[in-house]
Amino acid sequence: MAQESAILDEVVQSDYKYGFTTDIEQDLLPKGLTADVVRFISEKKEEPEWMLAWRLKAYEQWLSMKEPTWPNVNYPKIDFQEIIYWASPKKKEGPASLDEVDPELLATFAKLGIPIEEQKFLTGVAVDVVLDSVSVKTTFQDKLAELGIIFCPMSEAIREHPELVKKYIGSVVPTNDNFYSALNSAVFSDGSFVYIPKGVRCPIELSTYFRINARNTGQFERTLIIADEGSYVSYLEGCTAPQRDENQLHAAVVELVAHAEAEIKYSTVQNWYPGDKEGKGGIYNFVTKRGICEGARSKISWTQVETGSAITWKYPSVILKGDHSIGEFYSVAVTNHMQQADTGTKMMHIGKHTRSRIVSKGISAGLSQNSYRGLVKVLKVATGARNYSQCDSLLIGDQCGAHTFPYLEVANKTATVEHEATTSKIGEDILFYCNQRGIDTEAAVALIVNGYAREVLNQLPMEFAVEAQKLLAISLEGSVG
Amino acid sequence: MTPILQITDLTAGIEEREILKGITLTVNPGEVHAIMGPNGSGKSTLASVLAGRADYTVSGGTVSFMGKDLLEMAPEERAREGMFLAFQYPVEIPGVSTANFLKTSVNELRKHRGQEPLAPAAFLSLMRERMKLVEMDQSFLSRSLNDGFSGGEKKRNEIFQMAMLEPVLAVLDETDSGLDIDALRIVAGGVNALRSSTTATIVITHYQRLLDYIVPDVVHVLWNGRIVRSGGKELALELEKRGYDWIKAESAVEA
Repeated sequence: MAQESAILDEVVQSDYKYGFTTDIEQDLLPKGLTADVVRFISEKKEEPEWMLAWRLKAYEQWLSMKEPTWPNVNYPKIDFQEIIYWASPKKKEGPASLDEVDPELLATFAKLGIPIEEQKFLTGVAVDVVLDSVSVKTTFQDKLAELGIIFCPMSEAIREHPELVKKYIGSVVPTNDNFYSALNSAVFSDGSFVYIPKGVRCPIELSTYFRINARNTGQFERTLIIADEGSYVSYLEGCTAPQRDENQLHAAVVELVAHAEAEIKYSTVQNWYPGDKEGKGGIYNFVTKRGICEGARSKISWTQVETGSAITWKYPSVILKGDHSIGEFYSVAVTNHMQQADTGTKMMHIGKHTRSRIVSKGISAGLSQNSYRGLVKVLKVATGARNYSQCDSLLIGDQCGAHTFPYLEVANKTATVEHEATTSKIGEDILFYCNQRGIDTEAAVALIVNGYAREVLNQLPMEFAVEAQKLLAISLEGSVG
Repeated sequence: MTPILQITDLTAGIEEREILKGITLTVNPGEVHAIMGPNGSGKSTLASVLAGRADYTVSGGTVSFMGKDLLEMAPEERAREGMFLAFQYPVEIPGVSTANFLKTSVNELRKHRGQEPLAPAAFLSLMRERMKLVEMDQSFLSRSLNDGFSGGEKKRNEIFQMAMLEPVLAVLDETDSGLDIDALRIVAGGVNALRSSTTATIVITHYQRLLDYIVPDVVHVLWNGRIVRSGGKELALELEKRGYDWIKAESAVEA
């Protein structure tokens, strides 16, 4: 046993492979949050008056709110006055082509194995790069524009498409929804805006790579995706962050709106710095993601592969308002070393014959704690609603924890709600069996974990599935017992 | 001729308890050895120690595998050098298909030998061919490894894996336990088809029955952590007739 846990320890002890900092000059605001900081940000972004008013209202709400303490995670209290709320790369104008993009940035992408060129030419992905807070480069705009698709930085959308932003921002996640959504609404720096017009099928995967790059800078992304009637869009958000000592707060808000017969597929591969083996450093990821199936027969599907962050607090949810609408949540959450994750989803059934499906795969290793928290709520009016939930936990070693908190609130007798849960362990028997077939322990863990997560990985666009598979293996290096 | 396996005065146990109390055994190329003995005599311990299971501690003696020090090697290195253990209780690995598992395994062994990974098409046709040896249906390839397999299917899968990995030394740990007569015949047929002049097999079993199908060159009786008697295949028949008590009695006198 001692020997085995030594092997497990070794596998768990590998280092974060994406730890590096890009040295791009930055423009910082002093620490702390006041109404003036909100005004400064709004002014920097050259926002209209209504946007500033909206931010200030959110700021007022935030002042009276308290941090949530119900998640199953522990961390030192955050001093919100110690955070820098604005940082932007010093750039005069947006680059017209890749040649004009900062070579440092391109080098960063090369280190991540995500060359923009290759992405563009080989995979047909349009990449909207968000480096820290300001969007540096948006590609494929013209091609998308021909179809009437808007895919741009949020700050640009506020200026260019105020009627859309005004109508939808905060419509799914109200400013006062929770402490972090209020904070985000007050100080959000940038993010992505997507609008798919009626009947248009977006021909490429829309993708944004986020990186958190400035020391002590809170990241407050704001993403809004609207799929008009009968349209389709697949959006991928992928993240890696440089290694650093201070904890960094990330409080993003993502809102999705699917009108009648529209479909939004939102995939996330999250690999922010998880902190070192002792739990020092790492990103605090407090995210509010929610979509609304506004119209009949619309569909929203969340897929997430979460391997990073010191603390993850995230519940991508769907409000199933339209009749016959569908909500899906597919998740793989990996925690290793001292990581803590409290993640899951909420499915709110309002429309008739609405359906939801939840597949959650938690993987815990090292000394980490991994919790699934999910709510399936069927309102009285939601005749014929159906839900299927499957929550699996996989434990690697015997010092980690897996927890499941499923909540079911069903107010309609015709609803069908199913919940299945399993817990399994990669124990010494399985590892020895693999070893005896010539497969070393690390390769065995990768093989088993990828098999375990396959149902979720299959939901990702092909090229990202491969990336995610590698990421799972990397995250669990050094973790077996 | 270098023996495939040379065990000398091997002592081993779990925690403080010594189970193998001095095993000496030589297995030459082309040979099939049967190791028999009553429950608790140390048969499965011997198999586990040879494969390198971490729970067991070797306290003395040497084991040479193809002239190399086996005890110095990690379990996966032993496998890559050509040691195969057919498990008494094969594990289930949900989510990992039999085909994917074997592909990983076969390619690890090939890498060790400095060979390129097998191309998918070549690998698939090799699997199809080798499955026939144990009359396994192709549908097993896409099913999770041993997940929901019956006892007999799991054992056949072990022999199928052995056929894919082409080991120098195969150790079958009570592969016959829990098999009906048809499955026994199929499993034995697979083992026989893989016999060659350059490889060897150690068959660990309770019963003579399996040895009707896999005819051994040498039969050893293990009792109380020692090989107390070795002989030809007729020894197995004698054991079948007389049981183990006479051997226990004799070895008690000798001790």
